Amino acid sequence: MISLAQLLTLSGVVFALAVAGVFLNRKNLILLLMCVELLLLAANFNFIAFSRYLGDIRGQIFVFFVLTVAAAESAIGLAILVVLFRERRSINVEDLNEMKG
Amino acid sequence: MLVQILFYVFAVVLVASALGVIVARNPVHSALALVLCFVTSACIWLLIGAEFLALVLVLVYVGAVMVLFLFVVMMLDINIEELRRGFTRFAWLGWITAGAVIAEITAVVLAKSFGVVVSQGPGAEPVTYSNTTELGSVLYTQFAYPFELAAMILLVAIVAAIVLTMRRRPGYKAQDVRRQVAVRARDRIRIVKMPAESTAASEAPATQSASTSGPAAPGGAP
Repeated sequence: MISLAQLLTLSGVVFALAVAGVFLNRKNLILLLMCVELLLLAANFNFIAFSRYLGDIRGQIFVFFVLTVAAAESAIGLAILVVLFRERRSINVEDLNEMKG
Repeated sequence: MLVQILFYVFAVVLVASALGVIVARNPVHSALALVLCFVTSACIWLLIGAEFLALVLVLVYVGAVMVLFLFVVMMLDINIEELRRGFTRFAWLGWITAGAVIAEITAVVLAKSFGVVVSQGPGAEPVTYSNTTELGSVLYTQFAYPFELAAMILLVAIVAAIVLTMRRRPGYKAQDVRRQVAVRARDRIRIVKMPAESTAASEAPATQSASTSGPAAPGGAP
């Protein structure tokens, strides 16, 4: 049987890779959104692992809600991205500086 | 033992595809690597007995969200070279952060057992156990109100996405039903009362012919 430590370490590695991805692809808005999805996936791993090993089904309910909110977030994020690209022909984060004080 | 081997295979694939997501040159390749990530995670979730959520992950994420990502990536004409410039400038920061996160999480996980007997594991479920039934029995009773809120969030997301991306094109031709229904007859035609023009000599035959030919003309004689 898989131990809890294995699962938590795996989710930690995925989480760390996603954080590194945010730093690496900090110009490309689409890749930033994908890295956020990866972060949420790693968080869901922890919820499911603890739900299973503590015998509490409510952790899985929480994963269900996280999936719902993440789907809504990516839908709205991509819609904003499409509008942004239509306005400026670019999705470079560095071009979005008009609110800089 | 087989479960352990499968877990390590899936874990290696998951980490490799997560690495692929963040270092791929082309955003399409990143999106495809992310699809592989989700499928592999669903397999691991199946291994630890979260069947419903594993299938939901495949259906919702691979089936809907990632298709949306791929659609957007391919629809937008992105200049990849411009976005790739300066890729390695902050790479060291990213790798240091990632190393720190891994070190911290591993240290915590190895030091603490979180009150779980690690050697034992949760144990096998009885044959009649159904993960979906279990989830549903909690979701529709104890979490009914949050469940409706989640549905509300999805509705708001639908409306927001449609409203954000909808636009009026200049040459757009469509019926405006509201204006069609609001039309009144007196806005379109104007009936003017006026005396008939006639000479005194042919007054009687002229009115006679006008009254007969008048209704017949619009009716369309064969």
